[in-house]
Amino acid sequence: MAEYKFHILVCGGTGCLSSNSHEIADGLKDAIKAAGMEEEVKVLQTGCFGFCEKGPIVKVLPDNTFYTQVKPEDVNEIVSEHIVKGRKVNRLLYVDPENEKHISDAKHMDFYKKQMRIALRNCGFIDPENIDEYIGRDGYQALAKCLTEMTPEQVIEEVKKSGLRGRGGAGFPTGLKWQFAHGYQADQKYVVCNADEGDPGAFMDRSILEGDPNSIIEAMAICGYAIGASQGRVYIRAEYPLAIQRLEIAIAQAREYGLLGDNILGTDFSFDIQLCFGAGAFVCGEETALIHSMEGQRGEPTIKPPFPAENGFWNKPTNVNNVETFANIPVIFLKGADWFSSIGTEKSKGTKVFALAGKINNVGLIEVPMGTTLREVIYDIGGGIKNGKKFKAVQTGGPSGGCLTEKDLDTPIDFDNLVAKGSMMGSGGMIVMDEDDCMPSVARFYMEFIEEESCGKCTPCRIGTKRLSELLKDITGGKGTMEHIAELKRVSQVIRDTALCGLGQTAPNPVLSTLAHFEDEYIAHVKDHTCPAGKCTALLKFKINPEACKGCTLCARKCPVGAISGEVRKPHTIDQAKCIKCGACMDNCKFGAITKN
Amino acid sequence: MACNCAKGADKEKYEQLDAFIASLPSTQGELIRVLHTAQGIFGYLPKEVQIYVAKKLDVPVSKVYGVVSFYSFFTMKPKGEYDISVCMGTACYVRGAENVLNEIKNQLGIDIGDTTADGKFSLRTLRCVGACGLAPVVMIGDKVYGRVTPDMVSGILAECK
Repeated sequence: MAEYKFHILVCGGTGCLSSNSHEIADGLKDAIKAAGMEEEVKVLQTGCFGFCEKGPIVKVLPDNTFYTQVKPEDVNEIVSEHIVKGRKVNRLLYVDPENEKHISDAKHMDFYKKQMRIALRNCGFIDPENIDEYIGRDGYQALAKCLTEMTPEQVIEEVKKSGLRGRGGAGFPTGLKWQFAHGYQADQKYVVCNADEGDPGAFMDRSILEGDPNSIIEAMAICGYAIGASQGRVYIRAEYPLAIQRLEIAIAQAREYGLLGDNILGTDFSFDIQLCFGAGAFVCGEETALIHSMEGQRGEPTIKPPFPAENGFWNKPTNVNNVETFANIPVIFLKGADWFSSIGTEKSKGTKVFALAGKINNVGLIEVPMGTTLREVIYDIGGGIKNGKKFKAVQTGGPSGGCLTEKDLDTPIDFDNLVAKGSMMGSGGMIVMDEDDCMPSVARFYMEFIEEESCGKCTPCRIGTKRLSELLKDITGGKGTMEHIAELKRVSQVIRDTALCGLGQTAPNPVLSTLAHFEDEYIAHVKDHTCPAGKCTALLKFKINPEACKGCTLCARKCPVGAISGEVRKPHTIDQAKCIKCGACMDNCKFGAITKN
Repeated sequence: MACNCAKGADKEKYEQLDAFIASLPSTQGELIRVLHTAQGIFGYLPKEVQIYVAKKLDVPVSKVYGVVSFYSFFTMKPKGEYDISVCMGTACYVRGAENVLNEIKNQLGIDIGDTTADGKFSLRTLRCVGACGLAPVVMIGDKVYGRVTPDMVSGILAECK
């Protein structure tokens, strides 16, 4: 990167691309050309910077200037002021919400201060479509080291020593998994990268694939060497066109450089990678289901054992790891297992990437050391709750996880602590909810998702999740009783004890965890027929405040069922028996006299 | 060579599909890949196409149907000229995607998975586009609309006319 005076990095992640960052990059290139500075300035589109809330992001190096919410019409000013005259464009700088000061250097932003980027080390720094940039940041050196200086056993030992655990959800020790696959003899073995990120509200894997595809290729090759496989497969969602495109480019470039294919780096190790496309099924995140889908079948799980390490893809020994797990591998060999295991907590080493979303100020992609507290994530990095509302809960682990509340805010985040609190790490979705979110409704949302995504193979999951979903619909629809709550608990327990696969067994978690923390809210729905968060329409009561009502009659005229009565210039009243809770009165009242609760 | 009876007006499309299948080194385990391509060519996977694929790959039609109906990405109904997808990922959900979805359903008078009678709009939901910073998100074709509120729906639909 030495020959250029400036590098302008434009975020090419999905969020920013959706806000026209492509146009911004093209505009910048044109403006640089017009200024005759093509030799001095390089414009490139990188992977996700993580700060999606304020996208599109444009970063200028070497001074590390961080421009937010850039529009295509801003490009000329950036070039003429910043690049030509050396004056930063103040109005585009990030504003610290606490002291309202403009921050010009990204490293002073709270969002980045507490983060530690291992898996995301290259995202937002390099052009993901150019393998030279990956190589320029020590890319493929870990592979070279493994192939030329280490035996497969030593490679496995190093991964075991690092303490790396699977980032896809369950947290199984990666080194041990490799050792199992290494231990079986076969004429062919497979390395599979699980990039079927089906968890709603999670986009970690996609951002890594879009921002740093070569790190996955390198790690898969290392894994292939360790377990004795010459074939790799990336199982990726067809809904991720950009990630697929960048991965295809990276694979082609790696082949061209002899980093994939026969006799890699002049050794007798050969390895190649092909892509397999998923077609949208949450259950395919489960490794046996994923393997069946790769074979062109319905993605239904099978009972383990046999584990894929013994009998996987086409009945051959297969090692399946998730994208983020692979992204950590090269660093372990570059910096050493001891360095890696010095980060994190006693049993969870390294960092974790989270997709922080929901009612939070800084939606984005973050990576923090294991052991960081939820409070640090939500308030320091996430910038607190949107619109100054009160924090209520955070859902981790997606549909298989659970929620954590105020009292868990100071719990250090790691695999075991989250499980002890009734949730789980999952793949890393972290959805923040505020006082306006109704927990039985959230549970209903997840249960509808699971009901739809249940593969239907085993009865507890197929029928049980449907029953849970019906019970929750009754409760949020104002038709619930205390028996509904008792039944929710009973059915949840049965599913947990008897479902076939991990996804089925964890399916009732959103119900059990919201019940554990917010049972009073469920009781309010069924006993008092109120929704404390004011979300469940069927339970709302619209009321007219007689002091604020001017008697303008507008609400009575707007009411589609004639439930509002009153004389002109006198306070009106709503007949609750007739009201259909459409809210038309409240939307139309000019005096704010109508409330709902 | 499989039976040609299903061809006709779509002859070219079937030929395109044939060419793809012929390009595969082996058809073993390639059913999903073939269906992806078929959906790309035909826009959807009607009964005739499923039967055709089954014959070409020498697998039972029941297996093809089993796979098509299992995965949400495959559709057996034609999509509208404007294919609307509302993201129902959790991030979009907590930021009000349900209200946006209901508004679109009301305005178009169709339910999820349906296409309007004039073939103009089809509506579906999807799980997380990965643009959670813009939640709630609605996609029409490849165009992404961010921070959508129910008030914006009529304007967005009007853009498509």
